[in-house]
This record gives sequence, C-alpha cells and structure tokens, in this order.
Amino acid sequence: MDTTEIVRAAAKLAHETEALSLKANEVLAQAAHLQALSDHGIGFVSLLTVFVLACFVGYYVVWRVTPALHSPLMAVTNAVSSVIIVGALVATATDTTASRLLGFLAVILASVNIFGGFLVTQRMLGMFKKKQK
Amino acid sequence: MASNLTQFAYLVAAVCFIMALRGLSSPETSQNGNRWGMAGMAIAIVTTIITPDFAWVLVPLGILIGGGIGTVVAKKIEMTALPQLVAAFHSLVGLAAVFVAAAALSAPAAFSILAADGGIKAASLIEMSLGTAIGAITFTGSLVAFAKLQGLVSGRPLVFKGQHPLNAGLGILLLALVVLFAFSGGSVALFVAIVVVALALGFLLILPIGGADMPVVVSMLNSYSGWAAAGIGFTLGNPLLIVTGALVGSSGAILSYIMCKGMNRSIINVILGGFGGEVAGEGGAAAGGGADRAVKAGSADDAAFIMKNASKVIIVPGYGMAVAQAQHALREMADLLKKEGVDVRYAIHPVAGRMPGHMNVLLAEANVPYDEVFELEEINHEFGTADVAFVIGANDVTNPAAKSDPKSPIFGMPILDVEKAKTVLFIKRSMASGYAGVENDLFFRPNTMMLFGDAKKVTEQIVKALD
Repeated sequence: MDTTEIVRAAAKLAHETEALSLKANEVLAQAAHLQALSDHGIGFVSLLTVFVLACFVGYYVVWRVTPALHSPLMAVTNAVSSVIIVGALVATATDTTASRLLGFLAVILASVNIFGGFLVTQRMLGMFKKKQK
Repeated sequence: MASNLTQFAYLVAAVCFIMALRGLSSPETSQNGNRWGMAGMAIAIVTTIITPDFAWVLVPLGILIGGGIGTVVAKKIEMTALPQLVAAFHSLVGLAAVFVAAAALSAPAAFSILAADGGIKAASLIEMSLGTAIGAITFTGSLVAFAKLQGLVSGRPLVFKGQHPLNAGLGILLLALVVLFAFSGGSVALFVAIVVVALALGFLLILPIGGADMPVVVSMLNSYSGWAAAGIGFTLGNPLLIVTGALVGSSGAILSYIMCKGMNRSIINVILGGFGGEVAGEGGAAAGGGADRAVKAGSADDAAFIMKNASKVIIVPGYGMAVAQAQHALREMADLLKKEGVDVRYAIHPVAGRMPGHMNVLLAEANVPYDEVFELEEINHEFGTADVAFVIGANDVTNPAAKSDPKSPIFGMPILDVEKAKTVLFIKRSMASGYAGVENDLFFRPNTMMLFGDAKKVTEQIVKALD
C-alpha cells in the first residue's frame, strides 16, 4: 500500500463522514420537526377531548337545573365565561405595548362581568324563599 | 405558564364552575353553588397572576375599575331590566374575547403560539380567528338585543330586501377570511377584516328578530359568548377556558332549545326573523272584529267575591303583569286569599318573561314563595280541578287556538289549559290581541269574565274588596 492510496482512502473516508453527518443533521431536523408537529397534534387532540367531554358535562348539568332558576343560570354562566380574564392577564404581562393595552381593556370588561354577574346572581338567589310555616 | 401546579389549579377552578351550575338544581343549594363559582374565579385569577412579570399597576387598576362598575350595576338594576343587563354582559364577554385574541396576535411569543419559522402556527390562527369572529358577533348582536330590550329601538323586526342573501354572503366571506388568515402567518390586516365583517354580521343577524323572540336571542347570545371563550381557550392552550366555554356554550344552547319549544318555533325560524311583524296591522283588525261578539265584563268586587268562595285558584302571570308592576299587589291578593283558606298557586309558561326564568325571579322578588310557583308541565293537569284561573298580563300562552286551530300562527305552541277551570278571570287593558296578533277565543266563552283596566290598579281594587 503506498502513501497516495492511503491519502486517497482517508480523503474518501472524510468525504463520506461529512456526507453522513450532513444526513444525520437532516434526519435530526426532520425528527425535531416531527416532534414539534406531534407535540401540537397531541396538544390539540387532548384539548379537543377536554372540550367534547366538557360539552357533555355541561349538557347533563344544565338539564338538571330547575326551570325556576334559568335566569340565575344565565347570569352565572355569564360571570363564569368571563374567566377569559385569564388570557387578558397574560396579555398585560407581555412587553408589547399594544398587547398590554388590549389586555388592560379586556381585564376591565371581564371584571365588570365577573363582579356584576356573580353579585346579580346572588341577589336573585337571595329572593327565592320557601313558604313560611 | 404551563407548569403542573398551574394546570392543577385550573382543574380545581373548572370543577368549582361545574359545582356552581350543579347547585342551581334546587333553590336551596343555589346560593352555595354561586359561592363555588366565585371561589373558582378567584382561584383562576390568583393562579394566573402569580408570575414574575405580573403587571402590578395595570391589573389591580383594571379589576378596580371593572369590578366597581359591575358591583354598582348589579346592586342597582331593577329585576324587570334583567334581560337587557344580561345582554349587555354578553356583549362585554364578546368584546373581551376580541381584545384577548388581538393581544395574542401582537405578542405571540408570550402566548407560546409561535411556529418554528417565526410565524404563528396555522392551527392557532384558525382557533384565534374563530374565537374572534364569534366574539365580535356576540358583541354587536348583544348590543342590538340590548337596544331592543331597553326600548332604545323598536322591538319590531327590521326586515329589508336581500337580507338573508347579504347575511349568507357575509358568512361565506368571513369563512374565507379565516382560511386566508390561517395561511398568512398572522396578518394584522386580515385580522382586522375578520373583526369588521363579524361585527357587521352580528348586527345584521339580530336586527330582523322581533321583540317576542328575545328570550331565544338572549339564550343564543349566551351560548355564543361561551363558544367564543372556548375558541380563545384553544388558542391559548388553556383547558380551563375550554371547559368553561363548553359549559356556557351548552347551557345557552339548551336554554335556546327550551325557549324555542315553548313557542313551538324552530331555531332556524327564529334566526331568520320577521316574526311578529304584522302585529300592529292584524291587532287592530282583531280588536275591531271582536267588538261584535259578546264579552262578559266584571268588576273587581265580582272577582273578589268569586275568588273568596273558591277553594283553588291558579294565577297565570305574564309579562304584562311585570310591565304594570303588579307583582306586589298580586302577592298581597294571594296572601288574603290564603287567609280565607283558598289554595293559591302560580302557573308559569316557559316564555312568560323576556328571558328564561324571568317570571320566577319577578315573583320571588315580590316575596312569592317558590314552592307555590309551578312550571307548565307540573301544573297543567290541575286546571280541571281549579275553581278560578286568574290570568294577569298574559294572553297568547292561554289561547286554546294553539290546540284546535291549525291555521293559527301559534298552532302547536304548548299553552296553559286555563279554559278547563270553572271560571276564568282575565285582567286586560283592552280587547287588543297579543304578540302573535291572534284573537283569543277565550274572551268570548261563557265561563270567562273580563276585568278591564291596568293590571296593578285592578289587582289593588280586588285586594281592597277582599279586605
């Protein structure tokens, strides 16, 4: 075996290693991409699961509500849906001015609903009294 | 943001909300239920607030302003104005959903919705735009409902040519914009376009719906506000928002269904609107035609005498009673009758008020015990054994034509069988017909006695006569 042959073989080996490493990189990137995709995929499906199950819970719980209390039901669901304030709170903590401003406005709106909704429900429910014996 | 502890706290809050609705299955447990709801909300807010970069000035200030307004309004509001209050509240939820979505769009990193290439994930954009669109529709739709209920605009349905094609066109445009937006990586211009189109659509959708259908509209908007919250919940990946949105959404949907059934209308029919448009014209004609037929009119003294000697009286209140503010006088009358040993009950039609359960609240406010108040299915078979049915401020919900006349616009609507009682006492201002513009055959029956006049005045006269 002469030197030139060894050098040529070494060069070939180096070349192949490089190609391999490139390929490995590519595979890695693909894996990361897939991972990201599946992360979101699983995330979405589990959120959807939560959503659908919650719809069923809502269906059965609401049918059990006595018709006499349908007005308070509406007022309280209204208050409860203002839990959207959670998103508004996240927005106020960002470093974008527009986002902070929008978050602030949303906090005000949701707070009107939370306080107004729960208090007016309480007021209504306080009126429902049994026959005095 | 998505630490296990936070998620756990959100789970607790979600369970609290379910308990709040669960409590409403009976008046006895309802107040505790409401406290569950408050606790859940407090947990949700506190959990979200405990982050290192919490905005110490903005948040307390916002809650103070909003909370102050909400508290004052809740304490001051008249119970007759409850439906417009709820409509106004719905509009706020809708607008808040739009704001939160816009905030997420302008600071996507903070809401962790960025894709690997620096744009916003397409899935997040779809969820965001759907939440925004429903929120915007809820906002303007509720404003129109509020204006109609408050009497700021006429309760008459506003119908114009090409209305339905226009709405359908806007709906398709909205969907197209959502799809474009999803592939844009977060274009602000498209977001604004979605908001504008949805705002217009909300406005146009509720405009043609008449005052009589408001109970359905209010329930429907209740449902929408829930779906908007759920949409935002998907965007933020927040299960609490999703659960709550689903609860509220299904609650509103069920109430809409119950209200539609109470009027024997399909939801599509209500949404297409136009019902009650001919009230004024036909009402006049009906009143004119009615003048020819014999009606037995009585005085307050007659009514007092008949009821005093009865053993069972069923009171049928309608929204006219609330308008006349007669509920307190009515309760006084019932108290006096009970003292005479008369069995007094109240029968409530599902659409007796301006929103689901409205009449129950109005009676409760007048200190009527809730165990004397019955729903249609519970009490309808008892009219046959009642000596007197006392109808005050109601009309269409007692009209036997709903059972016998297939040509009547209210045919098929469940009604209270007041005609089966030995005597029917009908308090009415005049012979004019009700919302549906239908003449009530009951007025001309031999066992019916009409008491003409203002509901409150007549009831007060009866009270005086009973004393």
